[in-house]
Amino acid sequence: MQTVEQKELIKGGEFLIKDVNSAQIFIQEEFTEEQAMMAQACLDFLNKEIEPRLEEIDQAKSPELMRNLVKKAGELGLLATAVPAEYEGLGMSFNTSMLLADYVGMAHSFAVAFSAHTGIGTLPIVYYGNEEQKRKYLPKLASGEWISCYCLTEPDSGSDANSGKTRATLSAEGKHYIINGQKMWITNAGFADIFIVFAKIDDDKNLSAFIVEKGFGGITMNEPEKKLGIKGSDTRQVFFNDCHVPVENLLSERGNGFKIAVNILNIGRIKLAASCNGAAKKALEHSVRYAKERKQFNTAIANFGAIKEKIAKQATLIFVNESAYYRAGQNIDDCIEAFIANGMPEAEAKLKAFEQFAIECAIMKVFGSETLDYCVDEAVQIFGGMGYSAEAPVERCYRDSRINRIFEGTNEINRMLCVGTIVKRAMKGELNLMPAIMEVQKELMSGGGDLRFDNSFMSYEKAVLKNLKKATLMTAGAAVQKFTTNLQNEQEVMLNLADMLIQVYTLESAILRLEKLASIRGQASVAIQADMVRSFLLEAADTVYISGKNAINAFAEGEMHKALMGSLRKLSRTEAYNAKEARRRIADFILEQGKYPF
Amino acid sequence: MKILVCIAHVPDTTSKISFVENNRKLDKNGLQFVIGPYDDFALARAVELRDQTGGKLTVLNVGTAETEPTIRKALAIGADNAIRVNAEPTDAYFVAYQIAEVAKKENFDLILMGRESSDYNGGQVHGMVGELLGIPSVSPVMKLDLNGNVATLAREIEGGKEYLEISLPFVAGCQEPIAEWKIPNMKGIMASRTKPLKVVEPVPVEMLTESITHELPPAKGACKMIPADEVEKLVELLKTEAKVL
Ligand SMILES: Cc1cc2nc3c(=O)[nH]c(=O)nc-3n(C[C@H](O)[C@H](O)[C@H](O)COP(=O)(O)OP(=O)(O)OC[C@H]3O[C@@H](n4cnc5c(N)ncnc54)[C@H](O)[C@@H]3O)c2cc1C
Repeated sequence: MQTVEQKELIKGGEFLIKDVNSAQIFIQEEFTEEQAMMAQACLDFLNKEIEPRLEEIDQAKSPELMRNLVKKAGELGLLATAVPAEYEGLGMSFNTSMLLADYVGMAHSFAVAFSAHTGIGTLPIVYYGNEEQKRKYLPKLASGEWISCYCLTEPDSGSDANSGKTRATLSAEGKHYIINGQKMWITNAGFADIFIVFAKIDDDKNLSAFIVEKGFGGITMNEPEKKLGIKGSDTRQVFFNDCHVPVENLLSERGNGFKIAVNILNIGRIKLAASCNGAAKKALEHSVRYAKERKQFNTAIANFGAIKEKIAKQATLIFVNESAYYRAGQNIDDCIEAFIANGMPEAEAKLKAFEQFAIECAIMKVFGSETLDYCVDEAVQIFGGMGYSAEAPVERCYRDSRINRIFEGTNEINRMLCVGTIVKRAMKGELNLMPAIMEVQKELMSGGGDLRFDNSFMSYEKAVLKNLKKATLMTAGAAVQKFTTNLQNEQEVMLNLADMLIQVYTLESAILRLEKLASIRGQASVAIQADMVRSFLLEAADTVYISGKNAINAFAEGEMHKALMGSLRKLSRTEAYNAKEARRRIADFILEQGKYPF
Repeated sequence: MKILVCIAHVPDTTSKISFVENNRKLDKNGLQFVIGPYDDFALARAVELRDQTGGKLTVLNVGTAETEPTIRKALAIGADNAIRVNAEPTDAYFVAYQIAEVAKKENFDLILMGRESSDYNGGQVHGMVGELLGIPSVSPVMKLDLNGNVATLAREIEGGKEYLEISLPFVAGCQEPIAEWKIPNMKGIMASRTKPLKVVEPVPVEMLTESITHELPPAKGACKMIPADEVEKLVELLKTEAKVL
């Protein structure tokens, strides 16, 4: 078989209906020496400036501490990665900024302050600012001289972000918008100089966005919220009382705010998966260290199968997660490049590319945050009673993880978003979903759907993956036929379908990474990675089966139910595989290395 | 002002060390290499002095091509150019000789390096370089200030410090707190790709020493905690188990 060397542009959401060649995807093992040096510099910074201060940061005695730390990160250029070079930024690729987000992710509250500033705080101006706005704000945001925050959420407007009550009215002289309203849960508010504020102009249906300087006046705020975790991240209610914003500080066009909010969050979502991975690796490292030190029944607890299983599963999820977000990240970078080559302005190209991959971004938000939650939960369990003590590092990991399933769009919202977007694209004809569904139905009707594989490397895994895609297509197709446009009101089914999609995308990414890695280094040197992929495959197939069953039970009866369930069973079938032994090998390797080593 | 900083390419201090070829050679497999930590301090001070004097800062490493990432890191931290003497360093004399050969042609005003490398910890190279060039060498230097052609140095000595004044040129083996070690910034990293890195071939040197084998320290035994009020038990264990009494 020939491998296609030339990169074919991949469309967002296409993974469900198209086979991708491993040569077409990016794997993190391909990062350059320069990117690795950047990551190391970032790690050095965190070890030097953040790690020794975790407790002090969480005590949050003064907002100045966090402000200074963010500024220090700015001195190293860590805030400038996504800002174009014309505005004193570094204009790095998206995957490079994901690599840095991955490292910063280990930094608890600092990571949140960092990503709020560099992401939702800075990107609206990068992507939607006009020339003057970019010149005025971006250099200072890139250096950390100014810190930014993002004011979208309100007491009565959270997931329903377009329902905010904050109002902007044009002043009598026509030179200012006067903003009035209340915002809530605003990260970095306590020390921010710039506020990206979403408000409705007069009685508009849609939000508009404004760049508001603290110095404009009319801004007051409450004390920081007392929170379950990320206690060192400054989160406040912010009030706008006749805040006068010059008309030239309207971002993009009137009524464009909701689109800005959605697109910016979209970028943040996939980056959140990366930063969750950094945090998860740290939780794993703590787990490994403690499991080796702690002795019960005269032996290190690391020697118990129950503990090994947890360590192996933590490492496996981390491996799968990073395989998927770096793959998607490169797809996005390639897409940006292609749009620019076709003459699209850079900012627009970037936005269009992220929009193109909205499904993958939502998938990664969910998978990344749930990977982290699994890892910190088992880290606490490995620590036993000590895990429950505020003296142990995993207690902080546990508390700080939880927010990730809530912000940047709750995981429910993101699950429904990825299914909703796929269906919408299929309806619009942008994604050839319907023919694919019909083909699967035809194949199943004629008794197809058996696992077909040979002895070659990864042939079996790819065959299972292929069938899991078919299972997802079959279930989605049946659900759409049953509910038609009403599917969006059947949230439980949407969530089931989302879980199938998430498994398919992440499993495929891990399989392709392993295949590519083996082609570079040889199969013998990727044995542990292969164990991870194969044990994950087993779980993915089970999850697809259970999610599919829940969905089918929710809408099918009688013969239809019987036929769908029969096909689902067939399509999620796996061969015998001793995952227990695989996990022991994985755990032994991780224990020997002392941390997540890939 | 021309400053030279010599850097060693050494395994990260947290690395697990093992040997191959009958314990003759370090097993480099899977090791992460860094700039020698003492060299890092020398480099940090050199960057400051270069900025202060508006001079030129060169870094030098004696090593094979695999050391280039380490050299580029020094460029990212702030060196202006780099020279790699293309040879596997065999001993301190070999390295010092190669450094001196390069230095003779370039007339550096100041040659800085770490007080010792963190792999073999010989601490000899700075002295030998000074000798080979016929200029003074001082180590370990914890403070280095320049005033025109004269430098004020602080040196650590047993139980105290010595302050000295010395005219350029000279060689200094440095240690903390001569400067705070520097993390390269992103711009520096991006610029390091395009800064000149010249590769020169080594001059032949007579081999004076040869390492024949290495031995790892014995593995740490398990630690036993004895409650403070059980002194007798402690004594008993020291006699019977540890056999040190
Ligand atoms: C620490 C922290 C920092 C934050 N930082 C910022 C910030 O910097 N800027 C900013 O603007 N916001 C910020 N937020 C707000 C955050 O984005 C919102 O909390 C989040 O979007 C959820 O909104 P909500 O809290 O109003 O919950 P709600 O929207 O009330 O949701 C409550 C529950 O209902 C579910 N739900 C809601 N709608 C639906 C639906 N249509 N279908 C099914 N289920 C639904 C949700 O999934 C959730 O489980 C932050 C929040 C926190 C806690």
